[in-house]
Amino acid sequence: MVKWNKDSKLNGLMVLLAAIGLWEIVSRLGLINALFFPPMTKILSTFFQLVFSGEILHQVLMSLKRAAAGYFLAAIVFIPLGLAMGIFQWLHRALEIIVETLRPIPPPVVVPVAMLFFGLGDEMKIFVIFFSCAWPILLNTIDGVRNVDRVLVYTARTFGLSQGRLIAKVILPAAAPQIMTGLRISLGITLILVVISEMVGSSDGIGYFILDSQRRFKVTQMYAGMLMLAVLGYALNQIFFLFHKKALAWHEGLTKSRR
Amino acid sequence: MKPFARINLPGVLSLLALLLVWEISARSSKVIHLYFPAISEVVRSLVDLIQSRELVGHLLASLGRFFIGYLLSAGIAVTLGILLGYFRRAYTFSEVLIEFLRPMPSVAMIPVAILLLGIGNSMIVAVTVYACTWPILINTIDGVKNIEPTLIDTGRTFGLGRWKILKRIVLPAAFPYIVTGLRVSLAIALILVTTSEMVVGGNGLGFFILDEERSLKTTNMYAGIVLVAILGYGLNRLFLLVESKAMAWHRGATARG
Amino acid sequence: MSFQVERGEFVSIVGPSGCGKTTLLMCIAGLNPPSAGGVVVNNVQVDGPPPNLVLVFQEFNKSLFAWRSVLGNVLFGLEVRAKLSQDAEEEARKLIKLVGLEGFERHYPWELSGGMQQRVAIARALAYGPEILLMDEPFGSVDALTRLELEDGLLRIWQNLGTTILLVTHDIEEAIYLSDRIYVLSRRPSKIIQTIEVDLARPRNQITTRAQVKFMELRNEIYKQISQ
Repeated sequence: MVKWNKDSKLNGLMVLLAAIGLWEIVSRLGLINALFFPPMTKILSTFFQLVFSGEILHQVLMSLKRAAAGYFLAAIVFIPLGLAMGIFQWLHRALEIIVETLRPIPPPVVVPVAMLFFGLGDEMKIFVIFFSCAWPILLNTIDGVRNVDRVLVYTARTFGLSQGRLIAKVILPAAAPQIMTGLRISLGITLILVVISEMVGSSDGIGYFILDSQRRFKVTQMYAGMLMLAVLGYALNQIFFLFHKKALAWHEGLTKSRR
Repeated sequence: MKPFARINLPGVLSLLALLLVWEISARSSKVIHLYFPAISEVVRSLVDLIQSRELVGHLLASLGRFFIGYLLSAGIAVTLGILLGYFRRAYTFSEVLIEFLRPMPSVAMIPVAILLLGIGNSMIVAVTVYACTWPILINTIDGVKNIEPTLIDTGRTFGLGRWKILKRIVLPAAFPYIVTGLRVSLAIALILVTTSEMVVGGNGLGFFILDEERSLKTTNMYAGIVLVAILGYGLNRLFLLVESKAMAWHRGATARG
Repeated sequence: MSFQVERGEFVSIVGPSGCGKTTLLMCIAGLNPPSAGGVVVNNVQVDGPPPNLVLVFQEFNKSLFAWRSVLGNVLFGLEVRAKLSQDAEEEARKLIKLVGLEGFERHYPWELSGGMQQRVAIARALAYGPEILLMDEPFGSVDALTRLELEDGLLRIWQNLGTTILLVTHDIEEAIYLSDRIYVLSRRPSKIIQTIEVDLARPRNQITTRAQVKFMELRNEIYKQISQ
């Protein structure tokens, strides 16, 4: 008889499967409104149908296109800006108030403004993502630069490093972990805002797809879309995690040894 | 120290310069005026809208949904988080489920909520509660789980049982983590409320801003955005005030460490 | 290994690092069950933390309650014993004075130095009013000068209250200075390789006691045993 390890992670998996199983049974038996909660098997079959027909992948690609554009644009603009603001105090002081004024604006509220300038196209969503990712990337980069240990900087200067090489070879790597944090946070924000901007003003994309399915009462499709979104979110996180590991392998070891 | 030095002169100057450029270009070009109405006009329409009580209704609607959603989720998430963090078995059972639901952005729940609850206050509050629960829950679980084992052993050596240790040691020690979660959720609640209002329409600041955009009343639109920004800022400061009162001890401890 | 401690005695356990001294203390305190054998306190087998015994941890900064002031931390010891009478605060203040922290009642742990924090932990333990006090390298992470001060402070408290103290340390001279008896542990796997009766005169003094020939002899003896 297999001993039940009560601490095993398998328990959680079994609970999940049990919950799904319960949903399935309860839905099929009509105990809950099958219109609102179709059986999981139906959702899954619709999901795979949509994947293989390419329909849902098309929507995902649309969303990814915008997300990537906005995300990378924000990174390209705001990491250098953050570096500059972190290094040059006068620049930081000059822009600080403007940043603090724009920061409290909740990202969704930017959508109508973007619609004003760009209509309902891709540019609108890219702008929204660009604006929203700005603050986590900018602020974390500034913080990362400021938190670089002075001793590190003095060490580099004592080796006669010029300002440019100092930034590239010492400050940037030292601030990298914090910059990564900003990028990670922005990744989540990107996904959220792609969905929001598509729900408010779009004719394609995964966010639009989910909302549209609901409006047409294609409930199973709606859930399938949400599942796709969850998978997408998970996949993006994993990709980022791998990138993080490669780029910052040295940091992992350092934090582990400090504990 | 010169009090004058405290005012960020370059910062204020650059802001004023920006506003000045904005104001002048808005007044000089009709095209620019549509996209970037003069700041003075935005402020004036904001005041008008508030005085005419038109905006007040929307403001109150949004605020109501915000507070109910936020406080409800705080209650649920903190309680659940403490239980899941403290009782290891409960955690291992729910861990997979949590990790499964986490990657999906909460906004995707909006269509489901519309389906189940129609388009009204309950739908907006429900989505807000769902979205805010996650950061609070995760941070609370983190705070409780990462409690210094020595602290728990201290409680045990003084003869305290599991529940007393939870109440008198675990809760105060996890408090900073819980507060972090609550602070993050503050912003999230505002996001969900405004988004929902934009998607389902009706009333609320989110709806107002979108609606004014559609009618190309850009001055009003910007006025609404300014109001929302002030709201967000005000709520944040309110939170910081409450937090500083409750956590005087923590500020120093982390400052030292 | 097997040993005993009589009521009112001051006993130390000395051994090289990593030999399991902390584990031993945790077993005696009832916080970790022993893999074999048992602990008996006052003729009662230990199964979980015994009510008349308190352990003072090595990492005091992780053991003190950051959210309570010095007074609050010490009061905790009293609260747990259900002694929340009018005199509770009075008693707490007396203990704070006893450990030499008078005037710091309203301070928070992070505002104090390492040595002061350890004294708060000791005061908190004493507030509990235990018959037996276990101490795990209490002065380990404190600088050398403060350590001497704390040693004397501990002896004063011991003389005042008559508590039985079992202390674990890697500092041989500290053990000799403080105790009536010392158990010397070997490297892993540990056993008691020597029992030493310390019959130096009391009250002990940092200068005169440590200058005695007997002190040196004991020190050398123990050092020889440990480094084998």
